[in-house]
Amino acid sequence: MLSYDIVVIGGGPAGLAAAIQAKKSGIDSILILERDRELGGILNQCIHNGFGIHEFKEELTGPEYADRFIKELINMNIDYKLNTMVLDISKDKIVKAINSKDGFMIIKAKAIILAMGCRERTRGALAIPGTRPSGVFTAGTAQRFINMEGYMIGKKVFILGSGDIGLIMARRLTLEGAQVIGVAEIMAYPGGLARNIMQCLRDYDIPLMLSHTVTEIRGKDRVEGVVVSKVDENRKPIPGTEKYFECDTLLLSVGLIPENELSKKADIELNPVTGGPIVNESMETTVSGIFACGNVLHVHDLVDYVTEESRRAGENAAKYVKGKLYDSGEIIKTIPGKGIRYIVPYIIRLENVRDFVNLFMRVDDVYKDVKMIVSSNNITIKELKKRRLVPSEMEKITINVNQLRGKGLSDITIRLEEDADI
Amino acid sequence: MYDIAVIGAGIIGTFIARELSKYKLNIILIEKNNDVADGTTKANSAIVHAGYDAKPGTNMAKFNSKGNPMFDKICEELDVEFKRVGSLVIAFNDEDMNTIKELYDRGLKNGIPKMEIISGQRVREMEPNLNSDIVGALYAPTCGIIGPWELAIALAENAVENGVELLLNSEVYNIDKTDFGYRIFTKRKVIDAEYVVNCAGLYADEINNMVASPYFKIKPRRGQYFILDKSAGSFVNRVIFQCPTKLGKGVLVAPTIHGNLIIGPDAEDLDDKERLDTTADRLQYVRKTAMKTSKNIPFKKVITTFAGLRAEPSTGDFIVEESKEARGFINVAGIKSPGLTASPAIAEYVVELLKDINGGFKIKEDFNPIRKRMIRFDKLSDEEKAELIKKDSRFGRIICRCENITEGEIVDAIRRKVGATTVDGIKKRVRPGMGRCQGGFCSPRVMEILARELGTDVSEIVKDSPSSYVLVGRTNKGLEKNLRG
Repeated sequence: MLSYDIVVIGGGPAGLAAAIQAKKSGIDSILILERDRELGGILNQCIHNGFGIHEFKEELTGPEYADRFIKELINMNIDYKLNTMVLDISKDKIVKAINSKDGFMIIKAKAIILAMGCRERTRGALAIPGTRPSGVFTAGTAQRFINMEGYMIGKKVFILGSGDIGLIMARRLTLEGAQVIGVAEIMAYPGGLARNIMQCLRDYDIPLMLSHTVTEIRGKDRVEGVVVSKVDENRKPIPGTEKYFECDTLLLSVGLIPENELSKKADIELNPVTGGPIVNESMETTVSGIFACGNVLHVHDLVDYVTEESRRAGENAAKYVKGKLYDSGEIIKTIPGKGIRYIVPYIIRLENVRDFVNLFMRVDDVYKDVKMIVSSNNITIKELKKRRLVPSEMEKITINVNQLRGKGLSDITIRLEEDADI
Repeated sequence: MYDIAVIGAGIIGTFIARELSKYKLNIILIEKNNDVADGTTKANSAIVHAGYDAKPGTNMAKFNSKGNPMFDKICEELDVEFKRVGSLVIAFNDEDMNTIKELYDRGLKNGIPKMEIISGQRVREMEPNLNSDIVGALYAPTCGIIGPWELAIALAENAVENGVELLLNSEVYNIDKTDFGYRIFTKRKVIDAEYVVNCAGLYADEINNMVASPYFKIKPRRGQYFILDKSAGSFVNRVIFQCPTKLGKGVLVAPTIHGNLIIGPDAEDLDDKERLDTTADRLQYVRKTAMKTSKNIPFKKVITTFAGLRAEPSTGDFIVEESKEARGFINVAGIKSPGLTASPAIAEYVVELLKDINGGFKIKEDFNPIRKRMIRFDKLSDEEKAELIKKDSRFGRIICRCENITEGEIVDAIRRKVGATTVDGIKKRVRPGMGRCQGGFCSPRVMEILARELGTDVSEIVKDSPSSYVLVGRTNKGLEKNLRG
């Protein structure tokens, strides 16, 4: 049996940052297990720029962003295994994994960091009616084929969903000579970042159809076209609004789902809203000594935030190994109030926070001119004015823990309120 | 010149071909599609029915009750997974209870063993997730679940192992009667055979009409289904039917042999034999009807939907007989539900028919009934996994991360007899793409392995039919890379 202080599952941006930070926090025995052929995760197929604005104050491509961490990791002599699949993890932190070189491995860890990322929602999960031809791709799979394998996936493409990967792919496909005939979004607002709507659709005159969805896929062998319908406020297609678009490819960018099959094996409690584990201020899940960070926890829109969150997981996993993570003292729950879908972390153990705690959250709709109010027992702790909030952009609120300490608080709520001052 | 040509490599054709391969015969199995098990066999409820549904005296009743008990042995020989999980036909009121009594009586007449009529209370003990307004049920422990396409592929492999020739992509467009038997014209070649077995599924009427006057018609009856993620697979433990209607056995909720949950089908008569599309209204109907069985079905966990076409015969019963106008031409037509259950008994019967016509066949002494185990890595113990990777390192490389399927298994599926040549072919044999990511992560890797093993370029790999291309050539960068070699 192998034995490590910390085993990191996943060598994407989350796993890399977590492992590096754990090493910087004084742990030498660290192993990253990565299922793909290289470190860097999905960043490797994101060859567009826009990564690292917060982290490095410059715009990098995905591979460049990953490379900075990979170089650092290698310089620090952190162990990693590629082409390695974790088959099982247990509550008592036994990891079972396989690869072709080492065979079947049983690894005993003092702490585990989950950084498995997410997968894409599929045509099947949406139950889009119609035939089942080839030519229906999720945006990420298409991105992999085009950017990493060097193959084109179609000539005339319709895109369902305005998630960031879909938008990026609209531009990428256009640059590769394909015709992108439209993007349909079931919601009344775009799913991706505003800058991607500008730079990937508007700049290429690709129409964005809000409150529309694909209601039928046609074609026996290969996609021949899609039927697109307008939807009502309950997202139900409106009969009579059907329009047919001839195309050979349908790309889906309809959401990401944290990949927590392993977490379930270790009986880690998941939040049905995010699909990710419930974590405390130290990014520790409901199973002591197992931490989670990145898209396995909740889907991020900026890798910079993944890095920040994962460093916290790495640092705290190191503390845990050294016995310096405290389970006692004041514990405060975070409660999503009106307009807020979820908040990470779910619990704050004040003992483990030095000065500030960062709370990450998403709103449930588009809001204009609102206040984000952090309160407890009807007493306002913090108030932020926001001109515009959208579900596609994660919000961050920093709280000075001195405002929470010693007040006997059991929870804090974050809610939205109309801003009466404007 | 072949002794026997079997037209159609679905569950019926493969079963008959395998049964015939026990004799010293020159047999060809002709399939119009790019793979075996590509029609009705790959899209149905995947149930081995107990046999109380069919009217006593019909072919359906006869072959169902005879076929059901044959599954244990055949699945053991061919190493196909099969579980007798049992079934419940649930009743919501007195009228349903009367139907259940009728079914029970019919079952007794059909010779179905171990049936019981049970109380609503007992139903809820057996299946705690079912609705509380269920008043009783017919319990039939002999009902089973299976992967029909896996069985058909196993049968085809075993048939080929025992000398049967398989011809894919060969749609039959004409048949001439000749002095020696029949001349069959396919898109790929012309085949001469003394006897013909017509198991062409939805197209069996058209094949019959090539040599004899039309005396039956096959109408497609479409059924639509949901498949739910494995995390919902144990929502029910048995196959749960509602009371049957004129159109069929109705919407069922059942575990699949692979651990998913299957819900469906509806029944819709169509004219077009290629209408395999799903529709929003029908899926909604299936969903609503299934909610009568259990209002708690976790439809949030749907991973895919599909439609299948049953071959509904105008005669209302299975047609298994020699054509009255064409000697040695056997029609096996209209094999709707319970066709899968009936298939081993039908195959046995067809062989007897042919033997009678020919005056017996010579037994092949070296017939090998055993099909080599297809390794299922995920099902092995830790020790077995470790051992296997040591022997062959390809089993250490997971390709499908939803179902934990290794490169070794995929290579095996390509290299064996009746090997996979397409993305769907791999999916049918070893399941990458069947899981919750629906091939998102593994399809590039699966295509790469297919291309390598088949000695072709990735862009040549198709999903299923020869024109179901996945890629349209190199990207600009990809082309550069290619030229640089």
